[in-house]
Amino acid sequence: MSTQIVKTQITKTQITKTPVTKNEMEISFDAISRNESFARVAVAAFVAHLNPTLEELADVKTAVSEAVTNSIIHGYENFYGYGRHGERPVTECPIHPGKVRLKCVLEGDVLHIEVEDKGKGIADLEQAMEPLFTTRPELDRSGMGFAFMEAFMDDLEVESVPGQGTIVRMMKKMGSTAWIDCEE
Amino acid sequence: MEDFQIIDNCLMVRLPEEVDHHLAAYICENADRFILQQNVAHVIFDFEDTRFMDSSGIGIIMGRYRKIACFGGRVYAIHVDRQIQRMFTLAGLNKIVEVLA
Ligand SMILES: Nc1ncnc2c1ncn2[C@@H]1O[C@H](COP(=O)(O)OP(=O)(O)O)[C@@H](O)[C@H]1O
Ligand SMILES: [Mg+2]
Repeated sequence: MSTQIVKTQITKTQITKTPVTKNEMEISFDAISRNESFARVAVAAFVAHLNPTLEELADVKTAVSEAVTNSIIHGYENFYGYGRHGERPVTECPIHPGKVRLKCVLEGDVLHIEVEDKGKGIADLEQAMEPLFTTRPELDRSGMGFAFMEAFMDDLEVESVPGQGTIVRMMKKMGSTAWIDCEE
Repeated sequence: MEDFQIIDNCLMVRLPEEVDHHLAAYICENADRFILQQNVAHVIFDFEDTRFMDSSGIGIIMGRYRKIACFGGRVYAIHVDRQIQRMFTLAGLNKIVEVLA
């Protein structure tokens, strides 16, 4: 028996240096209310090295929370959070299976966020995006989710097909926003 | 300190560190229980511990306001930071909530 010694030669073409200014992450998690905080903390950690201001960080966390919560409660209709699960047996609150996909791309100091679900979808997108419009007033929803995403991010794009799902794309330039006081 | 406290005819709700949908049902259900059982006229939301909020917090306040407004009740908010105040403004909540300094 002979031992074969393979000499590996690393050529220049094998090492493709990705520019340090671009960074990407993608996670997929169950559509349950516990993961709302997980998602926004994950995104906050992803951009932490840019030294964002507290306001910027709060803006991004709120926007992520809105999109992810929408996928969970509207897309997959998993309405109840800790309260109902705490007070009633969990079996009384069936959890619909489904995943939420969260993708972040950092290009320099520009953060792109994508939140996707394969849930119910939105029939009338224009109406859904109106401030204070909600299809779930009985669940104490305010209808301000899309309005907050729009206000706290630089750009918002929503794509939805009824019966197939929803994709929310948001963009924000980090490290540049001066505090803007909003008028009523 | 208790999360829900009755002082005279007021219900004081001490909100958690993170006000989101996950905890919203817990806050709403308990607040409503006190409002029904203890003849609460006014509700005070205390944001002292709150470090994060999304639109679920706006829903919590609007929902409690609807429960007490028909009896002349009022909603107050204390320890409101800049970020939360901004959400109040965007939602037009300043018309129904009195923010105390
Ligand atoms: N991912 C989604 N899947 C299905 N419907 C959605 C989704 N996101 C939003 N919607 C619809 O759009 C409406 C408005 O959303 P939003 O502004 O976040 O308000 P809220 O969540 O308080 O209802 C929701 O009530 C719901 O009908
Ligand atoms: Mg929403």
